[in-house]
Amino acid sequence: MVGGEAGQGVQSVGFILAKAFARGGYHVFADQDYESRIRGGHNFFRVRVSDSEVGTISEKLDILLALNRETIELHQGELVRGGVAVFDGDKINDIRSDSTFFSVSLGRLAEQEAGTGLMANTVALGVALGLVHYDLATLTEVLREHFGIGQTGEANVKAAAKGYEYAVNNFKGKLKQTLSPLSDKKRMLINGNDAIALGAVAAGCTFMAAYPMTPVTSIMEYLASKSDELGLVAVQAEDEISAVNMIIGAAFTGARAMTATSGGGFCLMVEALGLAGITETPILVVLGQRPGPAIGLPTRTEQGDLLFAIRASHGEFPRAVLAPATIEDAFWLTVKAFNLAEKYQLPVILLTDQHLASSYSTIDKFDLSRVIIDRGLLLTKEELTAQSEYKRHKITPSGISPRALPLEGKALVVTDADEHDEEGHLIEDADIRTRMMLKRLRKLDGLRHEIQHPRIYGSQKAEALLIGWGSTYGALKEAVDILQGHGLDVGLLHLNELWPFPAGAVTDALRGVRKSFVVENNATGQLAHLIRSQTGRKVTGNILKFDGRPFTPARIANELRKEVS
Amino acid sequence: MVDTADYVGGNPAWCPGCGNFGILAAIKKALVALEIEPYRVLMVSGIGQAGKLPHYTKGNVLNVLHGRTLPAATGAKIANPELVVIAIGGDGDGYAEGGNHFINAARRNHDITYLVHNNQVYGLTKGQASPTSDPGFVTKTTPHGADIPINPIALAIAAGATFVSRGFAGDIDHLSQLIMRGIQHRGFALIDVLQPCVSFNHKNTHAWYRERVYKLEENGYEPSDKIVAFEKAQEWGDKIPIGVIYKEERATYEERLSTLKRGPLVWRKLDPLQAEKLLVEFL
Repeated sequence: MVGGEAGQGVQSVGFILAKAFARGGYHVFADQDYESRIRGGHNFFRVRVSDSEVGTISEKLDILLALNRETIELHQGELVRGGVAVFDGDKINDIRSDSTFFSVSLGRLAEQEAGTGLMANTVALGVALGLVHYDLATLTEVLREHFGIGQTGEANVKAAAKGYEYAVNNFKGKLKQTLSPLSDKKRMLINGNDAIALGAVAAGCTFMAAYPMTPVTSIMEYLASKSDELGLVAVQAEDEISAVNMIIGAAFTGARAMTATSGGGFCLMVEALGLAGITETPILVVLGQRPGPAIGLPTRTEQGDLLFAIRASHGEFPRAVLAPATIEDAFWLTVKAFNLAEKYQLPVILLTDQHLASSYSTIDKFDLSRVIIDRGLLLTKEELTAQSEYKRHKITPSGISPRALPLEGKALVVTDADEHDEEGHLIEDADIRTRMMLKRLRKLDGLRHEIQHPRIYGSQKAEALLIGWGSTYGALKEAVDILQGHGLDVGLLHLNELWPFPAGAVTDALRGVRKSFVVENNATGQLAHLIRSQTGRKVTGNILKFDGRPFTPARIANELRKEVS
Repeated sequence: MVDTADYVGGNPAWCPGCGNFGILAAIKKALVALEIEPYRVLMVSGIGQAGKLPHYTKGNVLNVLHGRTLPAATGAKIANPELVVIAIGGDGDGYAEGGNHFINAARRNHDITYLVHNNQVYGLTKGQASPTSDPGFVTKTTPHGADIPINPIALAIAAGATFVSRGFAGDIDHLSQLIMRGIQHRGFALIDVLQPCVSFNHKNTHAWYRERVYKLEENGYEPSDKIVAFEKAQEWGDKIPIGVIYKEERATYEERLSTLKRGPLVWRKLDPLQAEKLLVEFL
């Protein structure tokens, strides 16, 4: 872990550390914890390195890089036996160096080598890699990529080398574990937001409108930075209401369009979800959850918006809600979300959270040949020319009306926020209203079949079944391993495609299970409510966490042990 | 050859004598005069009696939520700039519910034409004050009289609109000329239309407007000076100017997007492999 104040370069050190190990063929999982401020406070970046796949963080630390005093105070208890904390003894002079606390003049070394004490963080980075005798050349390569080959890059390379050398000379053998590069297999190191942005590009999204909001802002920043290269448009709208209505306008004309926001912004978008519903306009809304209500804990994580996402907006209309379980999932579900939106002509919500959005993981490069773009019933110019009249909302057995795009042919595409007839003109007729509602809701029949079965891990008919959804997958999976290691018969049922709810599959999974527990980052057990309402089944208990921090495997394992004992 | 018959739509559900009829006639006249076929037009409308207008003529139609006319219209224009996008709403839709969108769409200078049917009252909800009601206008919701009104003309100029004008529903020829100029203008064109409401506004009637409006074009007015335009925007009462009050040339939002030089977004070939070079950057 590297910890310090905002502005001390915690994020860059953490990222470079993760990247250096990823480049050496290791599997890496990293998460970030930061406060809602630009300078000061306490932030940290945890990097977990393994020679096999890792999907979550660990509670225990081998190395703690403390860029300030608070980091030591807050995290020394997390060190494993034999773990070490590195701090700048020139600045923190009331902690004595011993076999756990290693004082290094980070600022002074940075000043000497790079001419600026500001690079103390890079010296610390070098120390960390020196402690495990990692390959300095790999670190150098990553530093040059990150900072560029100019003066800044070279200064950082020098600073890191100094820290590395200092650790090798002074702390040789102090840390039992050493790490050397495993292979030259290159994996991507990406976070959840990156995965969504890449998924959107692969799926052919050409229009995004959004208002900046933690934790999803980097999706728009990334797409905006690539807009000229890729030929897409990213608009920073004046508010979330505008953003979602802009994408409805763009999607109506035929662009694959998305927005991204968090709970507060999503609240503002809710009326327009219904507009997409009644006008049958395909849109994707990424909802990166953070703790509410209102401003809540703006930089932290929660899963408090599940029922809101499923029910948001007045009136009744079909929608899909997908919640990626992993960063890799975030890519594939983004692609799927665009396909479902167009195929069924409705709004799709991709439900993530701060933990998934800003955590990094090593993933094999996505195989783009597996990406399928399905635009559904989209009429070609020839098909449109062959028709005498076009009815945008034609009533069909599947509920899906073939879609025409304005200017594709000469057909007039008409739709209305009011209830409308098949042509799209507003009506108040009771019979047409009834038929239109049924037509739209019929789309759920097809949509239901698109929903994948939940993931099952561990024992199938376990004594105790853990049930989770979304970003908790990695922690839950590892919790199952821990519990099974303790001889408990435990299984995991994990949902990432939540609406339409896979009621049949969940009912099947619950059959024959003695005890079941939902594990959720919220205070009321929203998935438990959903299971109850959709399957009639009641889970045994809820393991909940709503302090704004993600679950760790150990936490889940401990809570379950308490529940079953 | 485009003909008036091409623009015949459904039967209006408006009150007899409503100012909306004049606006509808002026829009049709302008589109016919410009020889724009209905399939090239996208009318995006909000909620209120004005929002129903697209159903009473022909064209592509996207009717949206109350106040959200401009976001939907601008999203559509960016995605396919080849469409002639006309946004239509009332004073409640544009200046109350959608006020933030109004100033920001003006500022960004999207290449759309925005018609605001400004009857200074809420019709569909039966007679409450609007943001443009005259000061002291007494309604069921404003028993002590309305506050001072928004000045949409001055607001649009301040916000950076590049074509700011006022028309009168009772002068169809003049209004259709304004609409033609608005459509031809590259950039955000506001046409605030004085629209008598025969059911709920018994103050600002046909006769009231007719006695007061005068045409700027006939007075040698030049709309190119922002300061002069601000002054002209303050004129209200015994004399009400109609015509183009302010006009400037500035690159539109769509022109500034280099991406759109490759053609409309909606005709892009969707190719997953274009993400390949991005994936490599994460290795």
